[in-house]
Amino acid sequence: MSLKKLALGVAAAAMLGSGLLASATPAQAEDSVYIPLLTYRTGPFAGSGTPIADGLHDYLTMLNERDGGIGGATLIVEECETGYNAQKGVECYESTKGNHNGAVVYNPFSTGITLQLIPKAPIDQIPILSMGYGLSATAVGATFPWTFNAPATYWSQMSAIIKYIDTQDGGVSGKKIGFIYLDVGYGREPIPLLEQLAVDMGFEVMLVPVGVKEMQSQSSHWLQVRREKPDWMIMWGWGAMNPTAIKEAAKIRYPMDHFIGVWWSGGNVDLNPAGEDGTGYMSANFHATGTDFPAIQDILTHVVNKGMSQASADTVGDNYYNRGMMNSVLIAEAIHTAQTITGNVSISGADMRVGLENLNLSEERLAELGLAGFTNAIRVTCEDHAGAHPIYLQQWTGSGWNAVSDWFTPMRDRVRPLLEAAAVEYTADKPDWQTQTCN
Amino acid sequence: MELLYGIFVDPFVQMWEFPDLLVQVLWEGFVSGTLYALIALGFVLIFKASGVFNFAQGIMVVFGALSLVGLYAFGVPAYLALILSIAIMGVLAYSVERVVLRPLVNQEPIILFMATIGLNYFLIGLGEMIFGGEPKTMITEELGLPKGAWDFEMLGGFVSIQRIDAAAAIIAGILVGGLAIFFNKTRIGRALRAVADDHQAALSVGISLNQIWRIVWFAAGIVALATGIMWGARSDVSFALSIVALKALPVLILGGFTSIPGAIIGGLIIGFSEKLAEFYWGPLVGGSIESWFPYFLALIFLWFRPQGLFGEKIIDRV
Repeated sequence: MSLKKLALGVAAAAMLGSGLLASATPAQAEDSVYIPLLTYRTGPFAGSGTPIADGLHDYLTMLNERDGGIGGATLIVEECETGYNAQKGVECYESTKGNHNGAVVYNPFSTGITLQLIPKAPIDQIPILSMGYGLSATAVGATFPWTFNAPATYWSQMSAIIKYIDTQDGGVSGKKIGFIYLDVGYGREPIPLLEQLAVDMGFEVMLVPVGVKEMQSQSSHWLQVRREKPDWMIMWGWGAMNPTAIKEAAKIRYPMDHFIGVWWSGGNVDLNPAGEDGTGYMSANFHATGTDFPAIQDILTHVVNKGMSQASADTVGDNYYNRGMMNSVLIAEAIHTAQTITGNVSISGADMRVGLENLNLSEERLAELGLAGFTNAIRVTCEDHAGAHPIYLQQWTGSGWNAVSDWFTPMRDRVRPLLEAAAVEYTADKPDWQTQTCN
Repeated sequence: MELLYGIFVDPFVQMWEFPDLLVQVLWEGFVSGTLYALIALGFVLIFKASGVFNFAQGIMVVFGALSLVGLYAFGVPAYLALILSIAIMGVLAYSVERVVLRPLVNQEPIILFMATIGLNYFLIGLGEMIFGGEPKTMITEELGLPKGAWDFEMLGGFVSIQRIDAAAAIIAGILVGGLAIFFNKTRIGRALRAVADDHQAALSVGISLNQIWRIVWFAAGIVALATGIMWGARSDVSFALSIVALKALPVLILGGFTSIPGAIIGGLIIGFSEKLAEFYWGPLVGGSIESWFPYFLALIFLWFRPQGLFGEKIIDRV
């Protein structure tokens, strides 16, 4: 073989290794449900995206291996690599939506991609599940019948963090809150709510945007924090931004126990580089970490230990792994609900929408799934596609996470009217927008 | 009026009132500047030798750092992993010359540029296949690099010098100085300049084009590895590091594509100016100006010196 041919062979192998489409499923069965996963294991955000992709993939694979799928339907699971890029995300959507008799749901794992897919969902009749991210206003189910963002919106989460701060050090009134965020659609999403709460509750907001090119070079941003001395810092970071921010905060001696991250700024991969220096940092969460749940033990037994996962056993149970897994729990439960309501085994996207809208993950059901105590009960309704469910705060110990608050609810009474106003604003220039009436 | 005050008065009042912060900003700018200079040097070396803008320089930073932490994760002792990583950059240099550059001798520069784009994506795929896409922690302590900070109570506040940043600045300075001497004062350096001027003329006087290319790609690889170690220690080792390499573009515009002193001075100017701009003037326009300010500055320089601060003026006879 000539050197040129060898090089071409290696190149082809490398491209396959990072390939756009990675199948991890058995051959298509007669009764099947097709679930394309928009994931990112490559690029600047792979640090956050990889464990989530592993969790997403492994729970669904475990259901195939342990139960033969859901309700007699084999799950066909395919990953499509988006690189956290909206354009690639849309390409993935368009190239996969018609495969295997049609996709039943999309989980973009990117607010940017979610924003692109929201208008496509009613046309293609494939629901979008943006679990705890995306456009907050899609919680208004009457306006957005095809998009779901349970268990809570970004606005709910921000209100919960402010609510927590309000219980500390004499309350939030008169305080200065710094908000450092990735300067993309995701990071900017909670700003309207934060600014409204600042007016309503009497605190000052200091905005610190971090461009994608500056994710790993934040020294001047944190020197601004040092100059302005905000009483609390809140972070909406992602990917390489998170570990850098935590290191820079430690560098300027910012008190870590007054630094709270969104639930996408609380992975083990985010804190491991800082290690002890990150001790005291908190982040929001809506599920447990660790592997002490029968369902996760089943993942280890049926998937990871059999070499069917890309994750190593020691990363199972990490925060982002469990986040991806929880997303798949919602998918699976919605499929089960859809099958029960419609009587179809091989459900369609429209059936899945019904399943998501009637999702009722009660404490009893969680126990049946082997996930008792893993998360709070989650219920989705026609009116409320998010639910403003309770969340809690976890704190970094230097090597892991500890819960430091009880579960507590966001400020639903303040947030819901703003969500409804935002939903009206979204559809104001879209006369043909499809809505629904909820009873 | 308020805007004019914010632009022309308030930043300087702040510099006067909080001199400790000014010193801190300047230090951060200096550290970033030396690292930008190091990245830019990698581009300059290859451009001088082959007239190619190496699009893959950023991913070489990632690949070098990933090789080091990856080998360590496979159980190789830290210093041996460092030596092997240098060897890997050598193998990469040899392979690039043999497989990519040699078949393209005397092709248009744009063809060679396109080849480096291909190399970039190949290295991304290869890196992800071997080491995975998840971020890794740089083996700072294992390499004997310092941890912690020196805090100086001074100027009414404090100035914090991270030891790793100081080490980065010193190592970058030694590398930049060493390479500058090597390429300016040695026979290979003169051969490099001959190749840069005219490939065929250099070949006609007995200079081995292939050898020169291997040497500069290897030097650029070592520079990339050093950059990856230092920047990786400041945050983490991930594919996001390749984005940092984009900061070398305004450095090159400023310093010129063919000048080693230009890369050094350009790097420092960009480092200082972006930190000062973000810290003192950024809040006026909502922040995050560090992303575009270096390019803006480079454009201003282009008006006055299109060839860069130290670039060679191109004169074509008509």
